[in-house]
Amino acid sequence: MELIDHLALGFGVAFTLSNLGYALIGCVLGTLIGVLPGVGPLATIAMLLPVTYALPPVAALIMLAGIYYGAQYGGSTTAILVNLPGEASSLVTVIDGYQMARQGRAGPALSAAALGSFFAGSVATLMLAAVAAPLTALAYEFGAAEYFSLMVLGLIGAVVLASGSLLKAVAMVILGLLLGLVGTDVISGMARFSFDIPELTDGIGFIVIAMGVFGYGEIIANLSRAHESREVFTGKVGSLYPSAEDFRQMAPAVLRGTALGSVLGILPGGGALLSSFVAYTVEKKVRLRPGEVAFGRGNIRGVAAPESANNASAQASFVPLLALGIPSNAVMALMIGAMTIHNIQPGPQVMTGNPALFWGLVASMWIGNLMLVILNLPLIGIWIRLLSLPYRWLFPAIVLFCAMGVYGTSHSTWHIWMLSLFGLIGYLFVKLGAEPAPLMLGFILGPRMEENLLRALLLSRGDWSVLVTRPISAGLLAAALLLLFVVLWPVIRSRRETVFARD
Amino acid sequence: MKIRSQQDFFSGLMFTAAGLAFAWAAAAYPLGSAAAMGPGYFPLMLGLVLAALGLLIMFKALVLETETGNRVGRWAWRPLLFVLGANVLFGLLLGGVPSWGLPGMGLVVAIYGLTLVASLAARDFRLGETLMLATVLALGCYLVFVLLLKLQFPVWPDFIST
Repeated sequence: MELIDHLALGFGVAFTLSNLGYALIGCVLGTLIGVLPGVGPLATIAMLLPVTYALPPVAALIMLAGIYYGAQYGGSTTAILVNLPGEASSLVTVIDGYQMARQGRAGPALSAAALGSFFAGSVATLMLAAVAAPLTALAYEFGAAEYFSLMVLGLIGAVVLASGSLLKAVAMVILGLLLGLVGTDVISGMARFSFDIPELTDGIGFIVIAMGVFGYGEIIANLSRAHESREVFTGKVGSLYPSAEDFRQMAPAVLRGTALGSVLGILPGGGALLSSFVAYTVEKKVRLRPGEVAFGRGNIRGVAAPESANNASAQASFVPLLALGIPSNAVMALMIGAMTIHNIQPGPQVMTGNPALFWGLVASMWIGNLMLVILNLPLIGIWIRLLSLPYRWLFPAIVLFCAMGVYGTSHSTWHIWMLSLFGLIGYLFVKLGAEPAPLMLGFILGPRMEENLLRALLLSRGDWSVLVTRPISAGLLAAALLLLFVVLWPVIRSRRETVFARD
Repeated sequence: MKIRSQQDFFSGLMFTAAGLAFAWAAAAYPLGSAAAMGPGYFPLMLGLVLAALGLLIMFKALVLETETGNRVGRWAWRPLLFVLGANVLFGLLLGGVPSWGLPGMGLVVAIYGLTLVASLAARDFRLGETLMLATVLALGCYLVFVLLLKLQFPVWPDFIST
C-alpha cells in the first residue's frame, strides 16, 4: 500500500540518531519556553527559530515540529498548575484542570492531557498522511484565481475565530497584508514603503513582528497588571496515574476530542482554539455518569477532550500548509517563514519533489508526540519548579531570548531597533484590544495574495469575474461568504461572544 | 458626542491613519490597470479599504453603547520604557555604532546590560539577584548558542578579540 510505503520512508528518515536527537531537543526546549506563563506557541517558535538555522532542512523542520508540540504541551501544563493559560487554546483546560489540581489531582489531569494528546496526535498524523496525497493532486488543479480565493477563505476563517470585534479583526488582517507589502515588489522590482532605508527594501522580518508583538507587547502588558497572585501547585502533584474510573471517563472524551480536532484543524483559519472550545462544549452536553464530578469542578473529561482536540488540530493544520502551501493559522504562518529560510517553498511540490523531507516530517510529528509523553510525565517536577520561579526572573530572560533570536536571524542591529518599534506597537494593540494573530497571518499572505491576484487578472485581461466563474475559486469564495454569514447570524454571534468572554 | 468605547474609537483612528498613510504612499507608485496591476494598485486598494473600516469602527464606537466603556487605561510607562530600552541597549552594546565611534562590546556585556535594565521594569528590583540572573543567562547563552549551536555572535568586546 502506498500509505505504508510513504510512512516507511518517513520513519526511515526520522529514525536516525541525529534526527531523533533534534526531535528530543526540540520537544524539551519547546516545553521549557512554552511552560512559561504568558508565552504561547507562537512566541516560543519565534524565539527558538534561530536555534534551527545551522541545521540541514530536514533536521530543522523536525526540530521545529518538536518545538511546536512541546510549546503546546507546556501551555497545558501551565494551565493545569497555575490557573493561567499559556496560550489561547488552553483557555478551557484551565477550567477543570485547575480545579483538579486544587483537589490534589494534578497528576491525573496532567496524564489525561498527555495521553489524550498523544492519542490524538497519532490519529491526526495518520490522517495527515492519508489526506495529503489526494489534496496535493487537487492542488495542481489550482490556478492563480483559486489560490487567491483560498487565501481569502483562510483570512476570513482567521478573522471569524479571533476573539472580540469582527470588524477590528478584519482591519488587523488588512493592516497585516499592507505590512507584508513593505519591501521590494517581486514583480516590478520596485522598493515600496521603504523610505529609502536600504534595510527596509528586504521587507520587515516576520520574526521581528512576531517577537515584538507577541513577546515584548505581552511582557509589558503582563508587567503592568498589578501583582496578581499566582498560585502554583508544587510538590502536591502526587500520583501521576489516573484511576481505572478516570480512564473509563476520559477514553470516550479523548475519542470525541480527536475526531473534532482532526476535522476542525484542516479548515483554513481553524485550529487549536476553535477545536478545544467546541470539544469542551460537546463534553458538557454529554450526560454525566452517576457519581461523576460536574463540569467546572474538576471533571477529567473537561481536560482530556479539549487537550486531545487541540493537539489533533495542531497536527491537522499542517495539512493545508504542506499540501497547498497556505497557512491556516498564525503558527503555520511562522512555519512558512521558517521553511522559506531553509529554501523550502511550502506547497504541493514539496511532497513530489522532496518526499524524504515531507514524510520525514510527518513521521517525526508522531515521534515528537511520543517523546512528549515519555519526557513530560517524568520531567513534570522540573516544569513545576520552573513555574514557581518569580516572574521578575523570568521576564528578563524572555526579553533576552527575543533580542538574541532576532539578532541571530539577521546579524544586524537594524532588526533590534525594529523589534523595539514592534514591541511598542504590540503594547498599543493590547491597549486597544486589537487581537494580533490575524495581522500575522495577513503579513505572511500579503505578497502571495497580490501576486496571485495580479496573475489571475492578467490572464482574464482585467476581468474580476474570473474569481467567480472558475468553479473551485467560486466555491472557496462562497465558503468564505458562508463563514462570514454564519458568524454574523445573531444566534451564533451571541454564542461566540460568550465563548470568548473568558478571555 | 461621547465616546462609548475608547478602545474601539482609538483603534479605528489607528486603522484609518495607517490606511490613509499606506494609500497616500501607494498612490505615488505606478498604479497600472486591473489587467496589468502596477506596484501601487493592490496597496492603494487595501489602504482605502482599511481607512474605511477604521471610520466604520470609530462610528460604531460613538454610537453603540458598551457596558464598561472599554477604557484604554493608563499607559504602563515603566515596563514600556525599560523593556524596550533594554532591547535597544542590547543592540548598542552587541553591535556597537561605528558611526558614533562606539565599539561593539560583545554578547556577554550586552547580556548584563539587557538584564539589568529589563529588571528595572518590575517594581521589585533587587540588584544582587539581578546580577546573579545576568551571570546565569550569560553563561547559559554562551554554552548553548555559541559553543553548542555554533551561532555567530561576537562574544567579547571588539578591542579585546581583535
